[in-house]
Amino acid sequence: MATIADLAVLVRSKNAGAFWLTIDVMFDDPEHYRRVKDSERINRAAIAHMYRREPKDIIVVNHDAALAIKISFPRPQSSGSKLDSDVYGGQQYAPLLSLEIPD
Amino acid sequence: MASFPLVSATGMLGSGYRAESLDKAIELGARMIGCDAGSTDPGPGPLATGTCMFSKAAVKRDTEIMLSRAVRAKIPLVIGSSGTSGSDAGLLWMLDIVREIAREEGLRFRLAAIHSEVAKETVREHLRQGRARALPPSPALTQADIDAALHIVAMMGVEPIQEAIGQGAQVVVAGRSSDTSLFAALPLLEGFAPAVVWHMAKILECGAAAVAHRLAPDSMMAVVREDAFDVFPLRPDYRCTPQSVASHTLYENADPFDLKEPSGTLDTREARYEAISETAVRVSGSRFTAAPEYTVKLEGVRQGGYSTILMGGVRDPFILAGLDDWLKQLDDAIRVRIGATVGNRPYEIVTRVYGRDGVMGALEPQPTVAGHEVFILWDVISETQELSHAIASSVSHLAVHNPIPKWHGLISGVAFPYSPPEIDRGPVYEFHLNHVLVPETPVSLFRTQFEEV
Repeated sequence: MATIADLAVLVRSKNAGAFWLTIDVMFDDPEHYRRVKDSERINRAAIAHMYRREPKDIIVVNHDAALAIKISFPRPQSSGSKLDSDVYGGQQYAPLLSLEIPD
Repeated sequence: MASFPLVSATGMLGSGYRAESLDKAIELGARMIGCDAGSTDPGPGPLATGTCMFSKAAVKRDTEIMLSRAVRAKIPLVIGSSGTSGSDAGLLWMLDIVREIAREEGLRFRLAAIHSEVAKETVREHLRQGRARALPPSPALTQADIDAALHIVAMMGVEPIQEAIGQGAQVVVAGRSSDTSLFAALPLLEGFAPAVVWHMAKILECGAAAVAHRLAPDSMMAVVREDAFDVFPLRPDYRCTPQSVASHTLYENADPFDLKEPSGTLDTREARYEAISETAVRVSGSRFTAAPEYTVKLEGVRQGGYSTILMGGVRDPFILAGLDDWLKQLDDAIRVRIGATVGNRPYEIVTRVYGRDGVMGALEPQPTVAGHEVFILWDVISETQELSHAIASSVSHLAVHNPIPKWHGLISGVAFPYSPPEIDRGPVYEFHLNHVLVPETPVSLFRTQFEEV
């Protein structure tokens, strides 16, 4: 068992425009990428549960050439509006780090 | 039609780059310099207030190097999304910087300024004619949205830039433009394939962001060819790898495979990324599908009251153990007190508890206190600054003495770092437009002025 934090070289979150949040899980070892991708642990239902969203709002894309998995969903509120607490969306990836990936 | 070499000075005008990098690009035959100066990343503030996220000194330094090189090499310079937001205020601020540099260095050129701020009446007219569409996750555009807007900008595609160049401008200073359009405009004008050009523009728009290990912002160069483009950095210690370039399609996009432009969609699913040297990557194989209708994205901000904030910390383990109840009790006390003092005037208090869920709010999977202290940020929002301030001064007093069952007698339960604790933060802004217009023509929402500098 390993976690995303053990396997990825970069996990980051960011605005994709003012109304969307996007999270990139990036690898440099193709084996690590393949292992996480094939585990299917990063899926719409799991992400929806983790971030308290609806599965229908979650996009998960595996990008083989980039060795990266991308997760996107609408922000609960637009960037910098009164209920927002992360204008750049940069600190929203932490819950993913402890996601466990089987051997 | 052999090739079109071009350079992106840096990912964001004002963030910096090395002059040597741009000089090298010119030496290598760059036929234009482009630089994006804008973003919605810093939130609604820049569009609402017309201010740039970087200082004048930072933007002037970055502009001076581009402008002097472009004029000397007799190649076009295109700056997009001036002053961060691309509003008229941002554009005029940028134009003043360009004129000041020209004056100081005796540079002469034909300048085009492309305005992208849109009048409310123009947006209303498009709405009436059924020429407005909502983007997910937003609802349909309404008259009320338009009425409430402080500023609305339209994000231009390549056409207004191409028109300015076609009318002899050497330096184009544009209002809000898509990051990609300023790099795509000229190669498309020369007839290069849209799939190649748009993919190149997506990689170039962030400067050296697509290198393997970026230490500091810098320039990036691309050479557009008939069925591929090559991309490479200009700093000797930077390199592009197939993976670093492929990864850049992920950046700031919800979907890395379908990249939307005003005139269509770039599909990068079948793109091939191939190392052609230690530092350069060749990209080919993307597809571009023209959209059935040409759309221009709007950005708009409205104001939602005035804010006064309070900041305080809590260290008492017994308050922390029952923090949610303690805050609920405080809310009730505030409601009673504000009802008795200011009456029925509407207000809202946004409470962020750092050490619980202050950073992630509604997205936090573990909204519990695990540490030995928390930081609380109270944001009081109402229709006037005076009212928000008045409410905040009651909140601070009530919060300090908000009792808990453990202690008998008057407590002092919040550590305020400042006196007075209330900080008036001014207007609260919000991005509220997430819509596109279907314009009469790709240039109809934009207005270009020429001048001989």
